Amino acid sequence: MMTLPWLDLPMVWAGLIAVAVLAYVLLDGFDLGCGILFAIEHHDEDRDVMVNSIAPVWDDNETWLVLGGGGLLAVFPLAYATILPALYPTMIGMLLALVFRGVAFEFRFRATTRGGRQAWDIAFGVGSTVAAFCQGLTLGGLVQGVKVVDRAYAGGWWDWLTGFSILCGIALVVGYALLGATWLIWRTEGELQERCRGYARTLGGTTLGLIGVVSLWTPMLNPAFQARWFGWPGIVLTSPVPVLVALLAWRFWRGLKRREEASPFLCALGWFVLCFVGLGISIFPAIVPPSITIWDAAAPPESQAFLLVGAVVLVPMILAYTGYAYWVFRGKVRPGAHYH
Amino acid sequence: MFGFDALALARAQFAFTVMFHIVFPALSIGLASYLMVLEGLWLRTGRAVYIYLFRYWLKIFSLAFGMGVVSGLVMSYQFGTNWAVFSDKAGPIIGPLMGYEVLSAFFLEAGFLGIMLFGMNKVGRGLHFLATCIVAFGTLFSAFWILSVNSWMQTPDGFTLAADGRFLPTSWMRIMFNPSFFVRFPHMVLASYLSVAFLVGATGAWHLLHDRQNPAARMMFSMSMWMAAIVAPIQIGMGDLHGLNTLQYQPAKVAAMEGLFDTTRGAPLALFGIPNMQTEHLDYAIEIPHASSLILRHEWNGEVQGLKAWPVADRPNALVVFWSFRVMVGLGFAMLSIGLASLWLRHKRRLYDSRVLHWAVVAMGPSGLIALLAGWVTTEVGRQPYTVFGLLRTADSLSPIAAPGVAASLAAFAVVYFLVFGSGVLFLLKLMAAPPHSGETGPDPQMPARSSGIMPGPVLVAGE
Repeated sequence: MMTLPWLDLPMVWAGLIAVAVLAYVLLDGFDLGCGILFAIEHHDEDRDVMVNSIAPVWDDNETWLVLGGGGLLAVFPLAYATILPALYPTMIGMLLALVFRGVAFEFRFRATTRGGRQAWDIAFGVGSTVAAFCQGLTLGGLVQGVKVVDRAYAGGWWDWLTGFSILCGIALVVGYALLGATWLIWRTEGELQERCRGYARTLGGTTLGLIGVVSLWTPMLNPAFQARWFGWPGIVLTSPVPVLVALLAWRFWRGLKRREEASPFLCALGWFVLCFVGLGISIFPAIVPPSITIWDAAAPPESQAFLLVGAVVLVPMILAYTGYAYWVFRGKVRPGAHYH
Repeated sequence: MFGFDALALARAQFAFTVMFHIVFPALSIGLASYLMVLEGLWLRTGRAVYIYLFRYWLKIFSLAFGMGVVSGLVMSYQFGTNWAVFSDKAGPIIGPLMGYEVLSAFFLEAGFLGIMLFGMNKVGRGLHFLATCIVAFGTLFSAFWILSVNSWMQTPDGFTLAADGRFLPTSWMRIMFNPSFFVRFPHMVLASYLSVAFLVGATGAWHLLHDRQNPAARMMFSMSMWMAAIVAPIQIGMGDLHGLNTLQYQPAKVAAMEGLFDTTRGAPLALFGIPNMQTEHLDYAIEIPHASSLILRHEWNGEVQGLKAWPVADRPNALVVFWSFRVMVGLGFAMLSIGLASLWLRHKRRLYDSRVLHWAVVAMGPSGLIALLAGWVTTEVGRQPYTVFGLLRTADSLSPIAAPGVAASLAAFAVVYFLVFGSGVLFLLKLMAAPPHSGETGPDPQMPARSSGIMPGPVLVAGE
């Protein structure tokens, strides 16, 4: 089997997995957000428009999650084998919620009775919200640290459940709802769009506040995080992150005030990217904080190289396909435009 | 909890989720090939009945495929949640194979599925047929990787064992094409084909019982009876080859399948019996003398090893394996009998008039899927007490998880799966209960489908 001594395969794969996870959060974030907004949007026609705006793309969005999970097993099996038992309840909760939401999406159009349709609408909204909350719990549970002894999870059943992980769960629900609302500002018009501007103001402020609290809490979890964020020379790298968040916040509110359509969504995406970068700064090179690095967790080079060949060929094709689907779907979604 | 330990519960959870899941890919594999044949025949002959049938079954395929994707998402994380040690140790080998399954087959299917489902009037007949062929090929390609992983767990090859117990790949060719892959893969593909043949046949028979002249019902019934007559005997032959392969590499599994405890020359074949693992005896046995030796060794007095040849801790549960194997083989021969009966009635020109045959086929509708599940139970329970046969014990593969947590999540899975996939199966049955008629329209391009991939109908509609 080929080996590529000039290539740091674990670094390459860590980058690819990070891209897959970020792609998942950005893409499924806005369509989960549309589901979360079902809690405050009750009108049938508006709900149809919301679902129609994500219908063409959400299946592909979720695929990044399969890629992340499958990829982790293939190239960082130790991370897969320690993160999943440690976060067992949050992962199972997320999967069941996504199952519910996935079929509800299809079944709500097939339901023949009013009650059936309402039941699947509830399944769609609740499934989206629970999935988002569980993802936040998972993220928080991972960042705060997973106890590993002898290549196995050594903590308890409820270790993931802390104030920090609950805060992350709430933050992700609010953040996804913001992505959903700004997406709808971009893709809809009329009263729905106007209401979404209102949601975006509230959700934007709340999201910023939560980002602030999580950002201040994170360095306190682990002295290494603290050294990286506030020590010299790390601060050269880390200080631009909050500055950029503030700049995007200014741009976000200007966009809302001037009734721009795309900029609030792009700014919200920008916040997520910056949070992700900040997370990377905190935990790198750990893949399972605090103790397991990407090199500890890496599969042998034969395994990583074998799958890399396929990824190098197929991931660009997938990205091109995705880009094409979004391009075809640019423009406003009108009531009854696609579905009845 | 209730006397079950975490190991038993984790096994139950995996068995439950994977048995729910495998039904949908099996339907997808069989239906995709059937749709390819229907569309090919339509392009060749121009007969409208083929395209009506194509559209009729396309709706069912779309729903089954979608449920396979949703239940498959769960599977990709189950290895880590419940079988962490297995994931850590075997991950370097099975991980990349499953990664390729996700990457290539899934994206191939997801991409071209939209054209297949909604694109007939958008891309032209030739290109549409190409998309259908690619989807059919994609489902087989998916099966290829998954069966490769499973076969490797049964007959591991092409690796070295590291000092810490991890399996490290040395030859990907020997890993992918390990010794039992060549029998397991065709056996599974044929099983998917037979499952779909009997579902299609039962649907056709049901509508023939109501209207013998319905041309689409006649066509689907006739085609599925050809499949039963031709594929059932091939599958029985394939099963025999599979058995010989298992005898070579996993003789304890064969002993459990036969309910044989003592190593015997001229071993009998038990038609009935209750293997008792405690007393090491096959109770209430009804046997055909020498038949087992004849089948397995192709010799009158061939020697067949009994379970006592292995320590108690290394034996699979014969009660389960013995019976699941008999369910599979029994249904296999019942399918063969239907196939032969259909040949006779076809010869007598009574294929569309024999109500006895129609009722029998309706009753046999789920037989292919039940046989397929029974076969998987046989091979998976027969691999016990190992996950990687002979090398890694199931008890040593488990995640560090506690019984109450696994029990709670198992209960949650049971509730959600019965609710969600129960509704899905009802939708499927509703589609199959509608008689096929001329002017079938296929999936509604106005309706979003979980399975429509990243290039669904609306893309094509909007792209006009």
